[in-house]
Amino acid sequence: MADLAILTQILVQYFVLSLLSIGGANATLSELHRFLVIEHGWISEARFVELYALSQAAPGPNVLFVALFGLQIAGLAGLVVSLVGICAPSSLLAIAVEKVSSHPRVAPAITVLKRALAGMAVGLVLATGIVLARTADTRLITVALTAGALVAILRWRWHPLSAIAVGAGVGAIWLG
Amino acid sequence: MRTKLNDSLLPTPPGAWTLFSEFARVGLSGFGGVLPFIRQAVVERNRWLDDREFAELLGIAQVLPGPNVVNLSLMLGYRHAGALGAFSAFIGLVGMPLLLLLGLAALYYRFGEVPGVRGALQGMLAVSAGLVLATGIKLAASLPRRARTLVPMVLAAAAVGLLRWPLVPVVAALIPVCLALEWQAGRLDRKDR
Repeated sequence: MADLAILTQILVQYFVLSLLSIGGANATLSELHRFLVIEHGWISEARFVELYALSQAAPGPNVLFVALFGLQIAGLAGLVVSLVGICAPSSLLAIAVEKVSSHPRVAPAITVLKRALAGMAVGLVLATGIVLARTADTRLITVALTAGALVAILRWRWHPLSAIAVGAGVGAIWLG
Repeated sequence: MRTKLNDSLLPTPPGAWTLFSEFARVGLSGFGGVLPFIRQAVVERNRWLDDREFAELLGIAQVLPGPNVVNLSLMLGYRHAGALGAFSAFIGLVGMPLLLLLGLAALYYRFGEVPGVRGALQGMLAVSAGLVLATGIKLAASLPRRARTLVPMVLAAAAVGLLRWPLVPVVAALIPVCLALEWQAGRLDRKDR
């Protein structure tokens, strides 16, 4: 029953991490690396990086890399336990906040909170963009793709998927 | 909290199925992060919120723990269609891309070494960086031009994006400052009146 022990350990650790993961899934990556690779050795360093890159290249929320790590460690059960562990506590909290936010006694406080934090929230989006650009833009072509996407969206009002398709085509031909 | 004016601009509030299909569409489109696609679906395609309201809700979703876009979808889903709405939005946003990702993972283990595949992945990652930056710029343009909003924005972007400081202490330091500034501004407003 080693698997059950591992699953329990993952669930407990992820429950805690879920409630600490302010700033989203990418903020948990360094902690997951410490827990899964260094402390327990459940995933090798190379596989960890590979699975993360794959999750970034596929569509969907960033949090899905957690599911791939779970699959690697303990198959389908690992996947389910990992996703539930990382999502359930924070999800319940988010719904609880949304539920009370329309209450007349709480609503004014939530409004102030939203106004107060909107600037920081946008700053964090920009930070994610900067971090992604610094990871991706290692060559002239990739820098041009990032800059091109920026102009295509802001000036030419392209659909985001068209830009992604161009990136995939250019990459397949010149970056391979 | 909605005004009459906003209500009249809104199409019918989405039910559970609409939430599921819209968020599934968002999830399946969202290469390198789904935020640009959520903004497009929520603000531009369905007009459930305007840019300013979106930035404000995002602010809450970001300071709550957990994946920001998941929090955002849960809160929007719950607001429009209760617990079932939250669940539908979640399954659409997370479950559908997960199925696709499992298929891609299987393919990747077989064909991942093909150079064209590696190159395409790199190209998509570079474009997605541009998409996230464009979303940030659009949201920034919707913010009120005042120091107590723009200074935290620049500080957060610089500390986390450029200096690569860990996110939790940065957010923990900025939140009380933002709240104090907003509270003080609110008090001055009342004095003026």
